[in-house]
Amino acid sequence: MEKFLRCRGYLCTLDLGSFLHSHIPNEEVKWLGKRSHYDAIVIGGGVVGTAVLRTLAKLELSAALLEKETEVGWGVTKANSGIVHSGFHSEPGTWKTKLSVLGNQMFDQLCEDLDVPFKRNGMMLVAATPEEEEIIKHYYNQGLINGVEGMEILDQKALHQLEPNLSPQISMALRAPSGGIVLPFELASAQAENAAANGAHVYTDMEVTDIDYNGSVFIIHTKQGMSFTSEYLINSAGLYADELAKMCNLDIEPIIPRKGEEYLFDLKVGDIVSHTIFPVPTPTSKGILVIPTAEGNIMIGPTALELPYKDDVTTTPQGFEEIFSSTQELVPGLNRRDIITSFAGVRAGSPTGDFIFQLSHDGKGVHLRGIESPGLTAAPAIAEHVLTLLKDAGLEKPAKKDFNPRRPRVVRFNELSDEEKAEVIQKNPLYAHVICRCETVTEGEIVDAIRRGAKTIDGVKFRTRAGMGRCQGGFCTPYVVDILARELGVSPLEITKRGGDSYLLAAEAKALLKGGTLCD
Amino acid sequence: MTKVIETDVAIIGGGPAGLAAAVSARKAGAENVVIIERHHELGGILQQCIHNGFGLHRFREELTGPEYAYRFIPEVWDDPKIDVYLNTMVLDLAKDQSITAVHPSHGLITLRPKATVLAMGCRERTRGALNIPGTRPAGVYTAGAAQRFVNMDGFMPGKKVVILGSGDIGLIMARRFTLEGAEVKAVVEVMPYPAGLTRNIAQCLEDFDIPLYLRSTVTKVHGKDRVEGVTVSQVDDAWQPLPGTEMHIPCDTLLLSVGLLPENELTQMADVPLDSRTQGAVVDQNRQTLIPGIFAAGNVLHVHDLVDYVSEEAEIAGRAAAEYALRDGDTRQEKITVIPGENVSYVLPQRLDPDAETEFYLRVTKPIDRITIELGGVRLAVRRLVRPSEMLKIRLRKDHWEKLKQENGETSLELVLDAKAQPVPSPRAQREGVRQ
Repeated sequence: MEKFLRCRGYLCTLDLGSFLHSHIPNEEVKWLGKRSHYDAIVIGGGVVGTAVLRTLAKLELSAALLEKETEVGWGVTKANSGIVHSGFHSEPGTWKTKLSVLGNQMFDQLCEDLDVPFKRNGMMLVAATPEEEEIIKHYYNQGLINGVEGMEILDQKALHQLEPNLSPQISMALRAPSGGIVLPFELASAQAENAAANGAHVYTDMEVTDIDYNGSVFIIHTKQGMSFTSEYLINSAGLYADELAKMCNLDIEPIIPRKGEEYLFDLKVGDIVSHTIFPVPTPTSKGILVIPTAEGNIMIGPTALELPYKDDVTTTPQGFEEIFSSTQELVPGLNRRDIITSFAGVRAGSPTGDFIFQLSHDGKGVHLRGIESPGLTAAPAIAEHVLTLLKDAGLEKPAKKDFNPRRPRVVRFNELSDEEKAEVIQKNPLYAHVICRCETVTEGEIVDAIRRGAKTIDGVKFRTRAGMGRCQGGFCTPYVVDILARELGVSPLEITKRGGDSYLLAAEAKALLKGGTLCD
Repeated sequence: MTKVIETDVAIIGGGPAGLAAAVSARKAGAENVVIIERHHELGGILQQCIHNGFGLHRFREELTGPEYAYRFIPEVWDDPKIDVYLNTMVLDLAKDQSITAVHPSHGLITLRPKATVLAMGCRERTRGALNIPGTRPAGVYTAGAAQRFVNMDGFMPGKKVVILGSGDIGLIMARRFTLEGAEVKAVVEVMPYPAGLTRNIAQCLEDFDIPLYLRSTVTKVHGKDRVEGVTVSQVDDAWQPLPGTEMHIPCDTLLLSVGLLPENELTQMADVPLDSRTQGAVVDQNRQTLIPGIFAAGNVLHVHDLVDYVSEEAEIAGRAAAEYALRDGDTRQEKITVIPGENVSYVLPQRLDPDAETEFYLRVTKPIDRITIELGGVRLAVRRLVRPSEMLKIRLRKDHWEKLKQENGETSLELVLDAKAQPVPSPRAQREGVRQ
């Protein structure tokens, strides 16, 4: 099989009524020289870009999203901590405050519509010294000004009643019950899926290399050879938003890449805390946290290391020691032996400290830069704000009458009751075939994830949890490779971990002995 | 309505332990036996172990994994009183032994056995458990996953391989990859001695000139999409990397053979107490756990180095489970706790009926040239050239119990099992058969 046949650069239209394999992975899609026109194009498929796309899909217009990775949500979003902030951390009057407090309130409806796991577990900012107690009171007052509801200051006894596993040294806590946790990748992919179901187009493996403007439309060139034209352009390229802004001739300060490492614990320690635990913040970050994830794990991190480059996602012994020793001061019962995996991501640090909305081309280009924490929280409000900016620049389209805000429910087999399990198996026997034994993920769920757009091992893993448990894919990876190959109609040699050159397999057995080298 | 299945003995897992337990339960008189297996065939991990070397102790022959499995499988299939449920995953095991499973055509099923044998086997430790720094590219596999790709699916995961850990599966895969035309650049082991069997060091590494680096570990993984290389560093006595000893090895694959962990999720659902040393259930000489009627055998109980002993242990559990089912309960008496003492990393069974004649399974903490095994001060046996990779079997006989009573009066409820190092008679015994 020749290399150029590998599945990349395809259009995922996700018409869920009849959707099967509209992304044609089996054959080379000839992008070269092809040009498509849309009313509006979003560049960057993170949690913000997909939120913008979904907002655009509510209107009678044609919209598309271009993502350079193989799946949406794989840039900054993928390694996000998943916290939906209550809004006491940022200063009054900033975009961060305005949009995160608003965004926080939008999460219940959004996650209900999109069937994305979301839980208001509450945040706790904790103090162990009189100086830190003063800082906590400052944040309490700031939260009041910001309009954060339900906050309370807890004394030592009260906080330990709520969180008995917190260090006994902790003497005071600010509790904000409106804080929550969500799965960032799931939210991004659900937004893209729902936008596509409402007519928007999502192009993955589509990397923008240059942008021209001919006086009436943007002309967007891609590495894959396809070009696009659009009247409106939204740059939500995260870490690379500065580079895209430069393509639009904006003179801007570069984004500050800030790396964060995170470490994930086995599910069995998942109930050691229920609130997201914050130390008092440092100048550059909210500190190193203990986070109960929406999937029931405990995660610790992140570090905040400013870097001169954007692609360093290594974990380091120094990062681990920094994180582990800091969190020991918060929750001393965490044991390093229970860590099942680690990862790192790079955040798009803002040069001003606030979100930046910058316009180009008479407002027809909207550039979102420095969408750092609490960007996930703010994402739904950012999307609304972007729409306002586009309207100011002349975008006038009526609402789509048949917009369906809801995404078809995802079967999460492990969470069903025995009766519900029996029912889904009755309808589809693939739900009786458990593929991932650690997380009890069935073949039915994996096939569904592929039909919703998963094309890689990580795409399946992030949608279904297959391979996310304590054996980390040791048992299920060969089976997931098989299912992906079967459903996508390709050879297992074509299956990647996460797109690009991340192939899982090198050759057929015996091929090396015959002198064949299939993948050089 | 969920299908409810009543049976004398239910066996969770159809690998070597489950197969032997089923046959032995039937021989001991169980009217009916059910095996629940999540895979589409019986035999478990043996099916992907196509190398030979299995069965030397039990059958006095060198069998491949599938051949070994087929010494049992026909007997199971041909017995109309053994029901095998394939492609069936147990979702829940309750303390009262009620088992909920999911079956491809029956959907959810419930089993109500009189006795249960846990035979779920083990899983491999992963990169996350070791916390290896670096990037997270494709090309990092556990040795067992790589074995499945090569032997079952017919694909090579990579061409230039570094193997971390000298466990037996890693050593076997070093040879397998070499025979398949890949280049195994190194096997890296953190301990000062190999983790795998001596015969595997000789047959899988030395015969193919594959270097083994002891007291070393992988300290960084390189590569964005696919592994491009690893950094290997030497370590000190506390396993901390020694700065300045870094060595870069270009490769496209990192295999992990860094230990196996008993898979006891179901065991814990039933609140069966575990031993922190074995990471398996605490059992008596019949391999009965502390929950009456629930037995365990094979790698779910403790990780074995030879399948021959898995079968042997499972026969004990199968027989005892049948007896338990037939007499509809347990005639329990007060048990003696066996505590691992000097140089002993673990010992099974952890609990004994007084006067029980049985065999201890144990491992030592480090290689020792000559040891005496003593229980409560009574010498049970002498062994030469013991090493942690090789499980020891030590018989406990009637005369040992008599001596115990003579020396301790009435036997106490706790007995310590020691492996005392003895002076070595000849320096020749110190020869270490491994290249450093």
